[in-house]
Amino acid sequence: MIKDIQSAANLAPAYDLVVVGAGPAGLSAAIEASTHGLAVLLADENESPGGQIYRSVDRASDADLTRMGPDYAAGRRLIERFRGADLSYARRATVWSVGPADEETGDGAHALEVGISLGGIARPIAADRVILATGALERPFPFPGWTMPGVMAAGAAQILMKSSGLVPSGRTILAGTGPLLYLLASQLLRAGVSVIAVVDTTPVENWRLALPHVLSFATSPYALKGLKLLLEVHRHTRVIRGATAIEAVGSGQFSALRVHRSNKSLHIEGDLLLLHQGIAPNLNLTLAAGCDYVWDERLAAFRPNVDGRGASSVSGVSIAGDAAGIVGAVASAHQGELAGLAAALDLNRIGQSVYEQRRAQHAQKLARALRGRTFIDDRFRPGKTFRVPEDDGTIICRCEEITAGKLREVAALGVPGPNQMKAFTRCGMGPCQGRLCGLTAVELLAQCRGVPPGEVGYYRLRPPIKPVTLSELAALPHTEAATIAVAGFVERAHDGAQDATYGSHR
Amino acid sequence: MFRRLPDRKESSVSFTFDGVPTMACQGDSVASALLAAGHCSTRRTPVSGAVRGPYCMMGVCFECLVKIDGRPNRQGCMTTVVEGMRVETQDGAAMPGQEE
Repeated sequence: MIKDIQSAANLAPAYDLVVVGAGPAGLSAAIEASTHGLAVLLADENESPGGQIYRSVDRASDADLTRMGPDYAAGRRLIERFRGADLSYARRATVWSVGPADEETGDGAHALEVGISLGGIARPIAADRVILATGALERPFPFPGWTMPGVMAAGAAQILMKSSGLVPSGRTILAGTGPLLYLLASQLLRAGVSVIAVVDTTPVENWRLALPHVLSFATSPYALKGLKLLLEVHRHTRVIRGATAIEAVGSGQFSALRVHRSNKSLHIEGDLLLLHQGIAPNLNLTLAAGCDYVWDERLAAFRPNVDGRGASSVSGVSIAGDAAGIVGAVASAHQGELAGLAAALDLNRIGQSVYEQRRAQHAQKLARALRGRTFIDDRFRPGKTFRVPEDDGTIICRCEEITAGKLREVAALGVPGPNQMKAFTRCGMGPCQGRLCGLTAVELLAQCRGVPPGEVGYYRLRPPIKPVTLSELAALPHTEAATIAVAGFVERAHDGAQDATYGSHR
Repeated sequence: MFRRLPDRKESSVSFTFDGVPTMACQGDSVASALLAAGHCSTRRTPVSGAVRGPYCMMGVCFECLVKIDGRPNRQGCMTTVVEGMRVETQDGAAMPGQEE
């Protein structure tokens, strides 16, 4: 049975393994490692396990499962296994840093330190191994008007449906590319939503790129499912292709989508616009942990460098699932198992022969789950004009309201990378920490400089990767040396830790 | 903008949004509850004062920042609504010092 960690006080000072993220990869990694006797803590930001893909599946009704489809329902078995595993689980917990243990504050026995915040109290947790399973984000989809209320990410609509049984009540338009766009369209249609149009922005030339991989796709489980989805959506709503640019219209609230095409433009009135153009690895924690990363041209995104068992460039830190490159839920689970198994081997809980035997089983399943992936990546690669907007008035950084035009201006001054661009413009400096602008800013700069995005690099991400209050940080246990460095003396009268609670100044 | 599917039968909780009593379902996040109650605009930006509302619903975009029980900069989509909660529109860059 899992042990539910309700407050920071219930966290152990150290674990063999800390897993971050309770999606398919994180759950599978934690289960596998705990099977081999590791003391595991799984920390996750959400209310319940499952990640985005299996969100709320453990309390889904039969009607929910029918609407969302069998791939969603499959999450139930994984969560049942998780609940039966011998490990600790901290939900609603924010992991804001991962790094080598501090020489002074560390216990000397554990190599890594994880900064966790739970219920308004932050704690450093020592760990021998860390597996980051922080999943993916929807790729930014910037165009004029994408920031106005009434325009949302497609994933958001899915989350609303899964966790709260909420569906759009008015005329709904979907725009973009990728399997999730059609999956969401079918789920909304099944729920009786008025989906008035799906604007498919997939570039026509993608077929040429994807064709060499069509055979492996055709023999993968994705093929039949994909075909069914396409037919279902085409049968029940209007699918519009050939868009060269789109624009959201409205005064303070979305009211219509303008679709520009080479021959004529369309004006589609609606109440809600849902956007999707694929997903990209969530880089914030892996990069803040110092993991090396590369530009992946096929994904049109950065991903951390990992080896076959998920090990990153940082000793003791592995990355599994979509956080290491987009692989989907099933493959993510197998990658999680491989990473969990490797942790058990590294910490001498299993011998080499047991490791090899199980590794071969997991690797075989992983290879099967990855079949057809290359075709999907190439087929639904979002077009350049939808990744880097041509319209100079388009907001790129939603937090700081920095436009494409402003970034081009600064790029023309010769800034070498996104960090300088950030210093000049504040692009990426807001609360989202570049999650909604990073890829766009990098590709725009690369385009202006005429170099590949890999050469431009990504934002230099640092902990805390999520906002933590100063009072939480101040209340962290600190060494005598640190106190003397700041205060010049140490008070010895009142020993013992005190937890400053938020708002104590009230 | 959103409606509740009829087969959902969670018990209800009440909270206030900008002082107005509002109903939500047990388990709703603050952002979901606001969307269900018809509020698509939940903050004004610190830079231009433009209206914004929930965008990603998964804690990455920070568009759904609201004040909750007097504390500013709370992610509405990552906070579960509870009985009697006081939620307010966040106007610009709310600083912790502005707490009442």
